[in-house]
Amino acid sequence: MLDIQDVEVYYGAIQALYAINVSVQEGEIVTLIGANGAGKSTTLRTISGLVRPRRGRVRFMDKDISGLPPHEVVRLGISQSPEGRRVFSNLSVFENLEMGAYVRSDPEGMASDLEQVFGLFPRLRERAKQGAGTLSGGEQQMLAIGRALMSRPKLLLLDEPSLGLAPFLVREIFGIITDIRSKGTTVLLVEQNARQALSIADRGYVLETGQVLISDTAEELLASEMIQKAYLGE
Amino acid sequence: MKGNRRHLPTVAWLALMAPVALALWAAGSGLESLLVPYYFRIILLSGIAVIAAVSLNIVNGFTGQFSIGHAGFMLVGAYASAGITMFARPFTESVLRSAHVPDVMLMPLQFAAAIAVAALAASIVGLLVGLPSLRLRGDYLAIATLGFGEGIRAIFVTVDAVGGASGLHNIPPLTSFVWVFLGVVGVIITARNLAASTHGRALFAIREDELAAQAVGIDTFRYKVLAFLISAAWAGVAGALLAHLDLGIDPRSYSFMKSVEIVVMVVLGGLGSVTGSVIAAVGLTWLPEILRPVAEYRMVFYSALLVLLMLLRPRGLFGRKELGLADLLGKKKTVPNANRKEGG
Ligand SMILES: Nc1ncnc2c1ncn2[C@@H]1O[C@H](COP(=O)(O)OP(=O)(O)OP(=O)(O)O)[C@@H](O)[C@H]1O
Ligand SMILES: [Mg+2]
Repeated sequence: MLDIQDVEVYYGAIQALYAINVSVQEGEIVTLIGANGAGKSTTLRTISGLVRPRRGRVRFMDKDISGLPPHEVVRLGISQSPEGRRVFSNLSVFENLEMGAYVRSDPEGMASDLEQVFGLFPRLRERAKQGAGTLSGGEQQMLAIGRALMSRPKLLLLDEPSLGLAPFLVREIFGIITDIRSKGTTVLLVEQNARQALSIADRGYVLETGQVLISDTAEELLASEMIQKAYLGE
Repeated sequence: MKGNRRHLPTVAWLALMAPVALALWAAGSGLESLLVPYYFRIILLSGIAVIAAVSLNIVNGFTGQFSIGHAGFMLVGAYASAGITMFARPFTESVLRSAHVPDVMLMPLQFAAAIAVAALAASIVGLLVGLPSLRLRGDYLAIATLGFGEGIRAIFVTVDAVGGASGLHNIPPLTSFVWVFLGVVGVIITARNLAASTHGRALFAIREDELAAQAVGIDTFRYKVLAFLISAAWAGVAGALLAHLDLGIDPRSYSFMKSVEIVVMVVLGGLGSVTGSVIAAVGLTWLPEILRPVAEYRMVFYSALLVLLMLLRPRGLFGRKELGLADLLGKKKTVPNANRKEGG
């Protein structure tokens, strides 16, 4: 469904990605893991159109989307929960979710998706009228994911959803990601929390200094001695 | 779920406004003969300041982009409108006469056309300035708009056909209470309706977090340009009204300082609050007059008061809140802008 082919990205003179190849099949959870500055967020930003690749192509559902502006990418069915949550803190939880459905115009579908999101994150329903800025970090993360789901994406991009969360919340979030996939949304998950990401993913890519170091099934990666040493802290 | 229901639709507003405008015209003429011309002039200047401040609020308050070149758009509107009422006058009058327009309607119609042309000219310039500069952020955008404001003034000053550095004189006295009132009502309706619409939500989202706005699918650049256009058009209207009140255009009075004055009104009133802009614009137009007795210390008092107000109310007089009829009647009213409760 998604194919990143030989993509190179620069920030000014600094090269962030070197001929990256990543693919995601429909129905999968694929994870990108790697150290700080490896280029994980840059890869997501390239898919969602926030940065343009200098070389290479991004294909989504047999359409070349490289260089499309972000608002068009969202309309094609790719939605992202950006790094650092970035909820609209002066809007209520409900309004944030409404903003997530910005590209849609089917009130019934939106209402049922809102129910789905509240089903996944009951805490958001309780706090629907609360200002998003007053939510806890974990709740804001749930809101950021919920907001991304409100556009009913085919492909959901998640950038470090577990960042800064207590271990029990991390487990909860990862459980919910699995639920999201089982409801038919494909997920590309960027994580530093490699063990947990791999435990729910089908496949994984290990990025290092802007390159794909290894890609394999999640099981193989979890079992690999080298990965265990470098990324799983063993 | 959308917020439109809370406001009267524009058509209803207009229908309501027609008799009101008539009554006001009568009241305005009454007021004019009643008041010392000096005070009447300040009333009109307050209205023009309201138009300038509320329109700037659409960019600086609603959308969170910092523009400090508003006087430049006013200047464009001033010259464009004078072009119609002065230079094109023989032509437009002959056209109107041949259409059997009664004599009393000649000047109002020409002025209406002049104001429309002012709005159009200013919005075209707004587009030309906005397209390259709205890709910039924060301080850079501020500097670009500042440069535009001073640049446009420099251009007019070099054109001898429009009076060069000494500006234009002998502009007909067309700005009346009714025109200013209509302008004030128009800009407020524009801003409030915008705020309550889905377009308004897109603007607020950009203000809150531009990246997140992009992530939910808002064409942020297009919306910034749109806000800039609407804002510039109303600045053009303010400029047209000012030129036909001053009966001339002195380019010096559309300088950077004028832009800053308008920014101060918007910030003092509360970024994003239409009510705040209105009250701050009126207040800051009257303040120097009220302080006239303290003569040479006037600016000291003026500045001290501004500093004090910002210390007491760092988010402006109104923050992002609005005051509507319902509040005055003691009912609780939801705010379309921030901290709004669940709609519906
Ligand atoms: N806006 C930017 N301007 C310049 N360089 C950037 C910018 N954003 C990222 N970079 C650089 O690009 C490289 C990849 O950054 P990226 O944010 O993709 O890393 P990451 O894998 O997401 O890291 P982290 O785990 O810390 O989020 C880094 O070297 C970073 O310094
Ligand atoms: Mg990152």
